[in-house]
Amino acid sequence: MSRTAFVNARLLDPATGLDAPGALLVEGEAISDLGPGLFAGGVPDGIPVVDLGGQALLPGFVDMRVSIGEPGEEHKETILTASRAAAAGGVTAMVCLPDTDPVIDDVAGIEFIARRAREAKLVKVYAYAAATQSLQGRELSEMGLLAEAGALGFTDANRAISDALVMRRALSYASTFGLLVIQHPEEPSLAAGGQMNAGEIATRLGLAGIPREAEVMMIERDLRLVELTGARYHAAHVSTGAAVEAIRQAKRRGLRVTCDTAPHYFALTETDIGDYRTFAKVSPPLRGEMDRRAIVEGLADGTIDAIASDHRPQDQDSKRVPFSSAAHGVIGLETLLPLTLELVHNGRVGLLPALAALTCRPAEILGLEAGRLRKGAPADLAVVDLDRLWRVDKAALRSKSKNSPFDGRPVTGRVTRTLVDGRTVFTLDEA
Amino acid sequence: MEPAPRRAALPSRHLLAIQGLTAAEITPLLDLADGYVEQNRRPEKKSALLRGRTVINLFFENSTRTRTSFELAGKRLGADVINMSASASSVKKGETLIDTAMTLNAMQPDALVVRHPESGAVKLLADKVRCAVINGGDGTHEHPTQALLDALTIRRRKGRIEGLQVAICGDILHSRVARSNIHLLNAMGARVRVIGPPTLMPTDIDRLGVDVHHDMRRGLRDCDIVMMLRLQTERMQGQFVPSIREYFHFFGLDYAKLAVARPDALIMHPGPMNRGVEIDSELADDIDRSVILDQVELGVAVRMAVLDVLARHEVAP
Repeated sequence: MSRTAFVNARLLDPATGLDAPGALLVEGEAISDLGPGLFAGGVPDGIPVVDLGGQALLPGFVDMRVSIGEPGEEHKETILTASRAAAAGGVTAMVCLPDTDPVIDDVAGIEFIARRAREAKLVKVYAYAAATQSLQGRELSEMGLLAEAGALGFTDANRAISDALVMRRALSYASTFGLLVIQHPEEPSLAAGGQMNAGEIATRLGLAGIPREAEVMMIERDLRLVELTGARYHAAHVSTGAAVEAIRQAKRRGLRVTCDTAPHYFALTETDIGDYRTFAKVSPPLRGEMDRRAIVEGLADGTIDAIASDHRPQDQDSKRVPFSSAAHGVIGLETLLPLTLELVHNGRVGLLPALAALTCRPAEILGLEAGRLRKGAPADLAVVDLDRLWRVDKAALRSKSKNSPFDGRPVTGRVTRTLVDGRTVFTLDEA
Repeated sequence: MEPAPRRAALPSRHLLAIQGLTAAEITPLLDLADGYVEQNRRPEKKSALLRGRTVINLFFENSTRTRTSFELAGKRLGADVINMSASASSVKKGETLIDTAMTLNAMQPDALVVRHPESGAVKLLADKVRCAVINGGDGTHEHPTQALLDALTIRRRKGRIEGLQVAICGDILHSRVARSNIHLLNAMGARVRVIGPPTLMPTDIDRLGVDVHHDMRRGLRDCDIVMMLRLQTERMQGQFVPSIREYFHFFGLDYAKLAVARPDALIMHPGPMNRGVEIDSELADDIDRSVILDQVELGVAVRMAVLDVLARHEVAP
């Protein structure tokens, strides 16, 4: 069995709070040993050694919200190109949304993703299945069968499950299998036609606004249904302070509720739309500065469990059009880490809690054996130069689509090597 | 001391919005337009200022008065004016806005006048062409030449804009005219109030520097200018007012509501009017109060001034 010793590393394991110089031994596909004292007396002969020169060695990131475009929109992204982007971003596991064409609402869809991921053979690609058939919000999908086939959770992707009775049944049915329901929390009737956050900027630009209240009202309704059913519930990409506060209170009441946000909700605001920049069009929309700060606060106090890239590739034809015709979404797999680290560099969130939101906490929500440095765990690892300054260059991003609003942004912290099951799937080209 | 007259100039080679313009830029443009009013009243209305220049009117949205006004403006300056409407162009065949822009750009026009149903579309197109682009109205964003012609109308009737109380009434939410007028009137030192039902008010409109009223009898008190807006049912998604009858009852302008305004208050409307919806028919025709036809006349002069400033620039190779 192949063995590799990673020495002279800064071991960072958010799950246990470990932050110490040390070494880690990969044996085959798993971590066989690690610790500050490992190889204190030198690495035994015959084990290849990788000297990390003091770089951080972390569990690979678990990105719990990614849109890929395959099947159906392979011109925007394929599982292979998304996997390359993920590997370059230190993401060793990602979960894709079911709003593909065809919709992933049957076992064949889940199996298709698994097969394409095996062929790409880079990172671990999982899928959520549609909560309702064809994402129509009416009839439930075959949740039990889909879960057996490997679906990690159930969601109608970027559509809210808006009918209260359907949501109640989805939660209640999923709870019998212990499955997770993930909501896009936005009251669709209130958000209808909206292009950006409602407010002064939308008024000046003449764009229809989506009020912030559309988010919290859906979450508050859902929390009542969670109480009614006792189910697990996850609110995706929260963007407002009110939503964070509602979830904070729900957690205090002991509800089994979790949530995530995406880097653009703490790294950008609605002012980044500027003069109709369609790369800043996302769903839910970018909010104002007060909400951005509330998201940071939610991450700092742990109310927000996870940071997901919310990667959504869009080609030029989808973005080089008037704002209200433009598709929403940004790519984010390769910028997930450095944007998260901005929170750390700004002194808002500690390093380990910030990394926990990328690793052990999403893994725990999803029930994945991932996101930890632990003996016997799969060797899904990211080597990170935490101090490396670099500039995001969309031309250099590996994603097939280039819709990054962060192009040109100076950032700190770069993934230099990524391993999945002990196999190196990415090494930073130091050209 | 009177400042020396400024030559009209704009900060950009395009006119996409009023937001960002200052009184120092607007005033010389209005002065220039004043001169064109005189030219347009002569039997011989045509000059040769833009001879050999090409102006393309590119309208993705139906329009009669704005397109005609720009067409006349171009022709009276001696330019060749081509009208293109979306129904006749390849847009219907799936060509993107940027393709259209690139295609027209290759025809070497000197100015493009663009109207589009989506906010920001004119700016998107302007970024892709070398000639001057004049916003003829984009979605619910801006309609800069309308605000300029309104300002010229006010200035000619009242002798000034600064210090006047202006009420903009009705469907503010869907109105690009309201937005351009708010920016322009604020830049020129007028006091602006907006009046309408809360359902037709954009979020945080007060941040644009206006007072917000929901009652005509209170909002119109002592105002010098009453600008009525058309109820833009074609842009509405869903119901914003319960009925036309109710709307007219509370927000339609009639003599009774106008009584609280100053006795010499002027009534303006960007047209086309919905008589009996936002304005009483008799009042609209009252030559002592309504300056709606002045607005149409001065619109041509203002557009001539804008073309004068923008369509004559030398295009970089």
